[in-house]
Amino acid sequence: MRSALFALILVICSGPMAFAQTLQPILQTHAKEIAKPSRSSVSDALDAIAVSGLPQVTGFLEQWANKNVWQRNDGVFFIGMASGDDISLTDVDTGTTTIASKSDYKQLKPNGGVRRLIGTALVQFQLIDPDLSRRESAVASIARRPEAAQLAPLLASIEPEVDGALKARKIQLANFLSARFADDPKDRIAAINSLSSDTSVEARAVLNQILSTKAGVAKSLPDANVAATFDPMGTPDMSYLALVNADFAPAKQTQADIKAALETNIVEGRIGGFALNQMTDPTIRETAYAALAADGLVPRLITKGARDAALEDHVFFALYDEPNADITNAAQTVLKTVESRVATAQIADLTLDALSLASIFFLAAIGLAITFGVMGVINMAHGEFIMMGAYTGYVVQLFVTNYTVSLMIALPLAFAVTFAAGVVMERLVIRRLYHRPLETLLATFGISIALQQLAKNVFGTQARPLTSPDWLAGAWVFNDVIQISFIRIAIFVLALLFLGLIIYILKRTRLGLEVRAVTQNPGMASSMGINPDRINMMTFGLGSGIAGIAGVAIGLYAKVTSEMGSDYIVQSFMTVVVGGVGNVWGTLAGAAMIGFGQKGIEWLNPSNTLAAQTYMILFVILFIQFRPKGIVALKGRAAGD
Amino acid sequence: MSALLEVSGVSVSFDGFKAINNLSIQVAEPELRAIIGPNGAGKTTFMDIVTGKTKPDEGYVIWGEKSVSLLGMSESQIAQAGIGRKFQKPTVFEAQTVRENITLALKNPRKPLDLLLNRAALDTEERVRAISDEIGLSDALDQTSGALSHGQKQWLEIGMLLAQDPRLLLVDEPAAGMSAVEREKTTDILVHAAKTRAVIVVEHDMDFVRRLNCKVTVLHQGSVLAEGSLDHVTKNKDVVDVYLGR
Amino acid sequence: MNNSFIAKNPSVLWFLLGLSLFTVLVSILSEAAGTALISTSFLKTLGKTLCLCLVAIAMDVVWGYCGILSLGHFAFFGIGGYAIGMWLMYDRTKDIVVTSLENNILPPTPDEITTAIGSQIFGVVGSSEFPVIWAFSHSLTLQLLAVVLVPGLLALVFGWLAFRSRVTGVYLSILTQAMTLALSLYFFQNDTGLRGNNGLSGLQNIPGLDDVSQATLSLWFFWASAFALGSGYLLFVWMTSGKFGSVIRAIRDNEARVRFLGYHVESYKLFIFTVTAMVAGVAGALYYPQAGIINPAEIAPIASIYLAVWVAIGGRGRLYGAVIGAAVVSLMSSWFTGGGAPDINLGIYVINWTDWWLVLLGLTFVAVTLFFPKGIGGLFDLLARKGKQS
Repeated sequence: MRSALFALILVICSGPMAFAQTLQPILQTHAKEIAKPSRSSVSDALDAIAVSGLPQVTGFLEQWANKNVWQRNDGVFFIGMASGDDISLTDVDTGTTTIASKSDYKQLKPNGGVRRLIGTALVQFQLIDPDLSRRESAVASIARRPEAAQLAPLLASIEPEVDGALKARKIQLANFLSARFADDPKDRIAAINSLSSDTSVEARAVLNQILSTKAGVAKSLPDANVAATFDPMGTPDMSYLALVNADFAPAKQTQADIKAALETNIVEGRIGGFALNQMTDPTIRETAYAALAADGLVPRLITKGARDAALEDHVFFALYDEPNADITNAAQTVLKTVESRVATAQIADLTLDALSLASIFFLAAIGLAITFGVMGVINMAHGEFIMMGAYTGYVVQLFVTNYTVSLMIALPLAFAVTFAAGVVMERLVIRRLYHRPLETLLATFGISIALQQLAKNVFGTQARPLTSPDWLAGAWVFNDVIQISFIRIAIFVLALLFLGLIIYILKRTRLGLEVRAVTQNPGMASSMGINPDRINMMTFGLGSGIAGIAGVAIGLYAKVTSEMGSDYIVQSFMTVVVGGVGNVWGTLAGAAMIGFGQKGIEWLNPSNTLAAQTYMILFVILFIQFRPKGIVALKGRAAGD
Repeated sequence: MSALLEVSGVSVSFDGFKAINNLSIQVAEPELRAIIGPNGAGKTTFMDIVTGKTKPDEGYVIWGEKSVSLLGMSESQIAQAGIGRKFQKPTVFEAQTVRENITLALKNPRKPLDLLLNRAALDTEERVRAISDEIGLSDALDQTSGALSHGQKQWLEIGMLLAQDPRLLLVDEPAAGMSAVEREKTTDILVHAAKTRAVIVVEHDMDFVRRLNCKVTVLHQGSVLAEGSLDHVTKNKDVVDVYLGR
Repeated sequence: MNNSFIAKNPSVLWFLLGLSLFTVLVSILSEAAGTALISTSFLKTLGKTLCLCLVAIAMDVVWGYCGILSLGHFAFFGIGGYAIGMWLMYDRTKDIVVTSLENNILPPTPDEITTAIGSQIFGVVGSSEFPVIWAFSHSLTLQLLAVVLVPGLLALVFGWLAFRSRVTGVYLSILTQAMTLALSLYFFQNDTGLRGNNGLSGLQNIPGLDDVSQATLSLWFFWASAFALGSGYLLFVWMTSGKFGSVIRAIRDNEARVRFLGYHVESYKLFIFTVTAMVAGVAGALYYPQAGIINPAEIAPIASIYLAVWVAIGGRGRLYGAVIGAAVVSLMSSWFTGGGAPDINLGIYVINWTDWWLVLLGLTFVAVTLFFPKGIGGLFDLLARKGKQS
């Protein structure tokens, strides 16, 4: 493969050395085509210019395409720049500059088609231009509009290329071009086979272009590279339409045609012997039409039988545009391999997506898991704490415009704000409602609607942006199929951090010990000098504070609105319930199950995220049937009521 | 005399802790039986298993002449089969009157439509009277039961048990929090009830058990340690160790 | 038996008397009666309020009496509305289509009519095919059955699953909320065939009654709503009094104890959950023709929570409390958010009630839960006690 490429390069490089050293004579030879170029005539001129291989060609072609070439009355071409009545002229060969009066010069204005041809000719020079950015743009322009003519110059430019990345890209692109345009079928097949490990969209596009087909219909199968034949009875009406379009059969009348024909043939209130009011029956309509046809008033009705007979008489097939069956077979095989690779990659990508969705659910739910799971308190305003966190981030960005710094400020500030809000709510409301869980649910719901409306009054109904810093803006691209945005990675990392932090707090700190003591036996805990009121307040504050931080994280990738909390509250509750109440690991398991489940359903039915959510909820309801206590269930008497 | 309830080889564990370990108990009809044992001996769990609240990991619970297994039945089915239970803490429906509480418990059809269409037996009022006389709450019939004293609530609950007319009565610490007079009366009610049915009393208070004057089963660490008259078991060395040795 | 029923429940008599008086009074003052002291649009609001009262007493039975805080009963209400809305929309569109096709030279075939109706109804979601879900929309009888049966069946299946696995308390509330969310998401999808977020509209036009003015129609619906509320009230008083009521209240207070008394608790809960869902469906079917439009937002979980709010503010565990709560809060809501309430100028800030009503409602609700758990209905207790003392 490599050696074949090098051979080609040598052939091309040794070509144009023997010609003249100046450009102007060549231009003069083709003066007419250059001065008044058309798409058909300019090719000769461009070929001649290109073949000269002169270093000044690139500059000239660029200026020409940019409408900066002027012709003097005597026919000599200059690169010119008009300013007022004067013009500053540059000699195409020597580069010397002179000023002259504009009146003796005429500007060349090649049209779009010509400019594109100039561009193509330019590419081969730009490919070996000393300036890296020009070479890159030349490669990009080939990738955008690959043509057979570009293959040779592209191959020639690979050897001298000094930039490693660009060289790899050139080789890849040369491969694509060889697969489609190389003269020798062997070269094409070799190039096609080399694409089998390339999962990029471009490579698949190349294969699909090689495999492009045209549908056709004929009396018998033509002797050509047939891609497939079809059974016309699968979609008889469509197939018949193809037959009609190919002039193999007369058009079949539609219901509307029949109706129009009937309407124009009403004679004394009757059609073909039938009364008008009988026309509500479609079979009588057809009979009446047949009667009209028998009188020669309308074309004969193509009945279902006639249609099917015509279909039987013809073959329906698809032909490859590529005549060589070896090549299409090779491409077919390679495409299959590539597609199975792509499928694997898609599963990996889906896993990443699911992981990031699970992280979001986990972040949204973990604060709830603490207040609901550990304390048994339902906080319907949890979603609004998430919203408060997000708006805190937004407000901080109004004052601190450096997004990295503002994020650094927003995270702890959001924690502080929602921690305070949680503590206030615990002291004023929740404390009075312990042992009345249903009422806690309602009271916190009251707070939730009040907070939501308050946010609407302060920040308005439209979504507010929470911009992430530049270093979080991109995506980590593994290949064309697998990629994940940095924000989602950050959310994943944040979720992991919180998992660690919460487990640390609950298992290793004094606060965690006291929380567990109060959870298990408040009476005993208080007799041991633990103040349950304080512990409950701290726990609630902690849970709320985490909701605030989750709000900043969620706000970074979704819009900040006053209703964002209610978008997450049901899912968060389900995460906690499915996972198993009172257990951080359970929340993790619940988030993973719901995240993966939702992405899985979306994969089965990609068009419809609403449906995925609907089915996920149904699944959760059914899941509760089999594990009422959740995935990570506390067993035994502790779990009983 | 065949057994009314036969528990054999039952074990149940919670998170690795064996609350009941190969427990076997038989109760005849009629019989009065007291179950004693230190804290954590498995007395309450035993009741949970018989009434269907807890499913054992292994073993059998057989009921009645037809030897039906209770393990596959729900709480309400077991209750309808004739097993009544009184909880340690009095659990009457405090928002409802004494009359309503007793009526709820009366042995009548229990399906929703039966109740809606009033297919209850006609002598309801008389039966409520009879039971309230027995538990001494006739004057308080239209009182909200939440307003009763602690002892009265205990009796109301015993009355509700009697109203259910069960063949087996499971009574968890009936004497807790009662005055001496109230205890005596409770003893009378239980002894009287045990004349026609099986009664199992779980109790801490040895004096109370002595007054019941019946066969005693001692539970320890989820299995039977000793069985017999109270005098017999209190002479048992193991029992003495368990109660005093720790 | 009837004598003792009313003797035991004196509130029934008072309630029915009050409702009848109210109905007569409103009828006299309505536009249809000629006095026009009550505008047709306000008459509609009153009729709708009666429907909301009906769904509120259903909610009260399931929550206040049986202890199931269902956050899904407004979804059943919405389903009832959709069920009747499908017939209204189909039949009305059919009338229009048939009239417009009459001008054609050829009389239309049945297929042509169906296609024309289909493209009229489903044009907004880019379709003209009738989805399977509309299979019975041509029949008033079947759709009326659906008003009761679809919510009933849904409640039966969901309740059976939930109660069977002993999901109780807040877990059950969350589960019902999840069900409601799933339902509303389902209705939001264009694929469902219920016109996605456009919902059903033009429901105030009753097919075959084109000659009857909206003023008269509204009065008829008002009467129907009042009758439904009265009947519902009677039904629920009957259910919640007597031994059945005693059992469900006992379930509310201590489910496990009721079970040990030998009652199959799940059957009772399922019965209550299903019957109240059916009543909610009926209420919805009466409400939406008066509202004229229904869309999936009506089914969203928030609506069911508001329903709980009404009952809590009115006072749960007593049916008239639910009626008072639903009437007071929903009428106040439309007064405040409809711009009826005067803005309060604080000098530095103007309190605009369309913006601040929800804040007020939310905080009121917190206060009621904290300090007046018996709600407005609790005031009657105070009055009764005072009456006894004096």
